[in-house]
Amino acid sequence: MIQGTGLPVFPGVAIGPAFVHETAKLELPTAWGSAAEERQRFTDAKAQAQAQLQTLLEETAARLGQEHAMILDVQIMMLDDLDYVEAIEARIDGGDSAAHAVQETGEEFAEVFASMDDEYMKARSTDVRDVSRRVVEILCGFSSAMTMDVPGVLLAEDLTPSETVQLPKDKILAFVTRKGSANSHTAILARTMGIPSLVAADVDLSAIHSGDTVIVDGFTGQCYIRPDESTLAEMTAKQAEAQTAKEALEAYRGKETRTAKGRKVKLYTNIGSPDDVELVLKNDGEGVGLLRSEFLYLGRDTYPTEEELYTAYRQVVEGLQGRPVIVRTLDIGADKQADYFQLDAEENPALGLRGVRLCLSRPELFRTQLRAIYRASAHGPVSMMFPMIASLWEVQEVKALCKTIREELTAEGVAIGDVPLGVMIETPAAAVISDTLAHEVDFFSVGTNDLTQYTLAADRQNSALGRYCDPKHPALLWLLQRIADSAHAAGIWCGICGELAADATMTNTLMTMGYDELSVSPAQVLKIRKAISESEVVSQ
Amino acid sequence: MKTITHVIQDPLGLHARPAGLLAKAAAACGDCTVNLTFKDRTVDAKRIMGLMKLGAKQGDTLTITCEGENEDAAAASMESFLKENL
Repeated sequence: MIQGTGLPVFPGVAIGPAFVHETAKLELPTAWGSAAEERQRFTDAKAQAQAQLQTLLEETAARLGQEHAMILDVQIMMLDDLDYVEAIEARIDGGDSAAHAVQETGEEFAEVFASMDDEYMKARSTDVRDVSRRVVEILCGFSSAMTMDVPGVLLAEDLTPSETVQLPKDKILAFVTRKGSANSHTAILARTMGIPSLVAADVDLSAIHSGDTVIVDGFTGQCYIRPDESTLAEMTAKQAEAQTAKEALEAYRGKETRTAKGRKVKLYTNIGSPDDVELVLKNDGEGVGLLRSEFLYLGRDTYPTEEELYTAYRQVVEGLQGRPVIVRTLDIGADKQADYFQLDAEENPALGLRGVRLCLSRPELFRTQLRAIYRASAHGPVSMMFPMIASLWEVQEVKALCKTIREELTAEGVAIGDVPLGVMIETPAAAVISDTLAHEVDFFSVGTNDLTQYTLAADRQNSALGRYCDPKHPALLWLLQRIADSAHAAGIWCGICGELAADATMTNTLMTMGYDELSVSPAQVLKIRKAISESEVVSQ
Repeated sequence: MKTITHVIQDPLGLHARPAGLLAKAAAACGDCTVNLTFKDRTVDAKRIMGLMKLGAKQGDTLTITCEGENEDAAAASMESFLKENL
């Protein structure tokens, strides 16, 4: 048995034969015809590539939607680009074979895109390479299209966009790729298809043969190749259990979220990027209760511009098609930052310059984000909430800043929506003064993970402290009740966006406390809707 | 020669898809030469990769010139294309 670990991108268990996909090395021709003959071969191959792409585009649009098909439309147009075609023809006239000419030109153009100062354009270099490879394959009489006779688990180094769209999707039980990230094409496709898959998996493909039995556990990120009998039995049982549970939950799709006594509860989702919106819709989330807005700031070298932020937020708002979204403003500290922030190392980052404290100390950083959020609010219901609040003055300062920005945008003639403001309750101080804070804002959202670590003085990152970090500690439950009571006394709503919201054994307690909203990861929506429906509270 | 200016409204800027549509619209102008200038660079508006490489963003101003046969009709069609799509 070989065991590997990867980043799970969709929960579930898949068991089936392995299909190891290798991107074969193309053998370019060693002899070729005259320039006129090679030009003709190129023209024919280009037409054939475009016809292939057109067929793929139609299939993809029908099966996966316009969004996935768009990339193919762009590839078709790239093949018609005169700069590209002329560069290829010039190389052919200079004595190259058609295949060499396309290969070299594709690489040259890809490098220009890769060097552009724009993340989106950088990613287009993949498309130039992909489309060039398609033409080269046609010229070499080579096909990388994959056929699978029986359903199986696809293992690959990585998959290109055009490979992912031409996969025999009805036959794929799971993906396992050695490269890729949570936002790679493969991961997005796995989520769209709803199949358990792993990316960035540490498996040695050369040790796996097509036909070997593979188990993919999309809950834990484990995969087993040629499993022993006990593992196979255990995972087969886990798969059956997951299937039964999933089918039972399907009954809750499309239903309103109400407790047994009929009280309506908002069941929202926690997401971290615009790409996750499709998961919200797919899992029947009623909105987004926590949009972690760090994604645009991390993994890059410069601050995102207002335009970049606005574009991303607008994408989320429009994608949600009228469902509400609550944006949590930047929650960055010394333990989670990008180099360009140039934050000083801290002895104790959890208690340091983080969340709203950092934003208040860097007004320009905060202003850029707030303007982008307000502008996005013109496109649908947007609320905003602030992390790491401990004192009344912080809330007042933030509100004053929001007011200034609203006025600025209005004066500039920019359309903005009505943006309710809320605070995260994640410090014990905020919980204790929640009665005062409730008069300042429109809602509360409790971050139970941080509230637990700060209340119990137990570092949540330290695995040795597991049993000390108990979110059901009586002190926590007392604070949770106080927060709900404070909110309701002031006539505002309160919700929970920490992990406790997704713990179905706690749902009844939270409903009894009076919580109006729970925000969980998209995959947990149906499970928690079921738990809420079964909880017994008196109608309010 | 006819000249039009347009400020990009699309939040994604002159990205792949609008660039492709723009190239198609320019190609539909037939023998009329359609050039696009952004900052100090001028490209043939009939070529998608050249348009994409400009990296023009929302709020940027593009200048389009049409010269040759039916330049009035070409300019009018480019103008209405830009208003609708970009």
